[in-house]
Amino acid sequence: MSRQLKGIAASPGYAIAKVITLKGARPAPTRVSVTNAAEEQERFRQAVERSKVELEAIRAMTEQRLGADKAEIFEGHLMLLEDPELIDAAIEKIADEFINAEYALHEVAGTFIEVLESMDNELLRGRAADIRDIAGRVTSHLLGEPHQDLSQIHDTCIIIAEDLAPSDTAQLNLDAVQGFVTAIGSRTSHSAIMARSLDVSAIVGVGAEVLNIPSGTNVIMDAIEGLIIIDPTSEQLQAYESKKQQYESRKTELAKLKEMPTIASDGARVELAANIGQTVDVVKAIENGAEGIGLFRTEFLYMGRDSFPSEAEQTESYKYVLESMKGKPVVIRTMDIGGDKELPYLELPKESNPFLGLRALRFCLTREDLFRTQLRALLRASRYGNLKIMFPMIAVLSELREAKRLLEEERSKLVAEGVEIAENIEVGMMIEVPAAAIAADLFAKEVDFFSIGTNDLIQYTMAADRMNDTVSYLYQPCHPVILRLVRMVIRAAEAEGKWVGMCGEMAGDPNAVPLLLGLGLHEFSMSAGSILATRELIGQLSQAEWAKIAEEAILMQTQEEVIQHVQEHVKGAKTVC
Amino acid sequence: MLTQNFVITNPTGFHVRPTKTFVQTASTFPCKVDVLSKGKKVNGKSSIAMLTLGIAQHDEVTLEIDGEQEEQAMEALGKLLTAIHE
Repeated sequence: MSRQLKGIAASPGYAIAKVITLKGARPAPTRVSVTNAAEEQERFRQAVERSKVELEAIRAMTEQRLGADKAEIFEGHLMLLEDPELIDAAIEKIADEFINAEYALHEVAGTFIEVLESMDNELLRGRAADIRDIAGRVTSHLLGEPHQDLSQIHDTCIIIAEDLAPSDTAQLNLDAVQGFVTAIGSRTSHSAIMARSLDVSAIVGVGAEVLNIPSGTNVIMDAIEGLIIIDPTSEQLQAYESKKQQYESRKTELAKLKEMPTIASDGARVELAANIGQTVDVVKAIENGAEGIGLFRTEFLYMGRDSFPSEAEQTESYKYVLESMKGKPVVIRTMDIGGDKELPYLELPKESNPFLGLRALRFCLTREDLFRTQLRALLRASRYGNLKIMFPMIAVLSELREAKRLLEEERSKLVAEGVEIAENIEVGMMIEVPAAAIAADLFAKEVDFFSIGTNDLIQYTMAADRMNDTVSYLYQPCHPVILRLVRMVIRAAEAEGKWVGMCGEMAGDPNAVPLLLGLGLHEFSMSAGSILATRELIGQLSQAEWAKIAEEAILMQTQEEVIQHVQEHVKGAKTVC
Repeated sequence: MLTQNFVITNPTGFHVRPTKTFVQTASTFPCKVDVLSKGKKVNGKSSIAMLTLGIAQHDEVTLEIDGEQEEQAMEALGKLLTAIHE
């Protein structure tokens, strides 16, 4: 009978192999008295020197394999090996207390590990692991036990360990190691990040139980679901062999599209962008071949804290994303807070109908101080890339004009202060309130672009909350009514020579994509994971042909008819994952 | 001995990268460099000790520098404390 354990899928993929379970952490060294302190100090210095040589080799290898920024961790480790409060302190302790080097180092390092682990900053907690890593390495040399060298594993295997230090992960022999499973760790720990850049499957945070799996046991690693199947049955093995094959051939196929533009079969060109909610998400967007950021939600900057972020702090976040995208367009939406996205420190009055209440731009126009700070931060960051500013939740022209007026005022002030600001920053708006969609011809004269936020546009048009099970059947992205609205917005923008994007879930919905292409949508912004499959789908569609099919769809009566019509015409096109 | 107060402006506080630069710079001076924050005093030539201060944006930090080239050290290190790091 097979057994299963569950952990966090930290780097996706499948692996099927025998495991090698690395022995757990070495027991803490015991205190031993020494008579010749000078000799003991010398033994310690030599162990430190040997560790430096080893680490320098790992650093060089990592730089070659993964680039300078990944190798930076080991520069930090090398610095620790020269740190006076760690190394010199241990040397002094040996002489002060006439004790063995192993114990002296363990004591000194332990104090720092304890302090760092108690901090509420994740980055600093991560440094505790670094100290443990280098202390372990020096101790190995002191004991004359070679540090576990994972580059010397040559049999096909899955590695199980309590945790893998970044230096261990960087050394993995990837011809043999199919994946690794750890008892502790999170998606953001160094080894998880390293696993994703090495493209090796990883499941972390499984719990100590995983260490009981003896070496040599057959295991299936499902690093999509975070499952470990121990002693799988032959049916399970068969099922996973084929899953693994499918996954890998699909991945190779899609990976080819990563650096490619998005071109329909008749040569029409559109843009596939990513929606992001955190600065770090930009990495995933790039990894998935995004041609831009179509929606950067800035709410996260304001959430999970007890005061508003400063202008400088916001500037840094925007700058990071703009620089990372290297000149590709980045649409940053001003804050969509208020309503259901409550901030405790704002103390907004409760509303009986938050979705129809004081949210997003409506809120910003009542709190000009906060809004101006965000606009200034955006303008300051503008020179680091291709910034486009977008205002959410606009219903009437006066709201747009007021927002633009404030933006203009802050721009003039910053220019007067001598701050360098990019020229020609495009300013656009979300189309999510039906009133704005209906008056799109008027708005199109006063913005550079529209981005249709379908999640809200559909809810507001149908007057139905999609989270409410009793009415969510009304949430129908492909309903002819929604298609009519989308078409109306695109035509209005075309008449003024402006472009239209879409940043709701509909933009990545395989049933909607062909119709949107046919209607003339220019930019499709979706979660990063859907980009490559959508690029593949669009490559199989002719825009001219879909323009006709979309016009037919608009005249239909129900969503079911539309979807059936789409599926009949996407014959042969592969399903989007 | 020289003593001077600084306020951290770097938005992400004074953690791994800024600390690295600070410690590397401090180590080039022969004088003793102590860093004080929130009632704790640590060796400014030790990144591990500096990190345990958990210095955040807007925190006040005091530098106590004693010995040869203390003035140059105060100028160089003070600049690093108040800079915005990439």
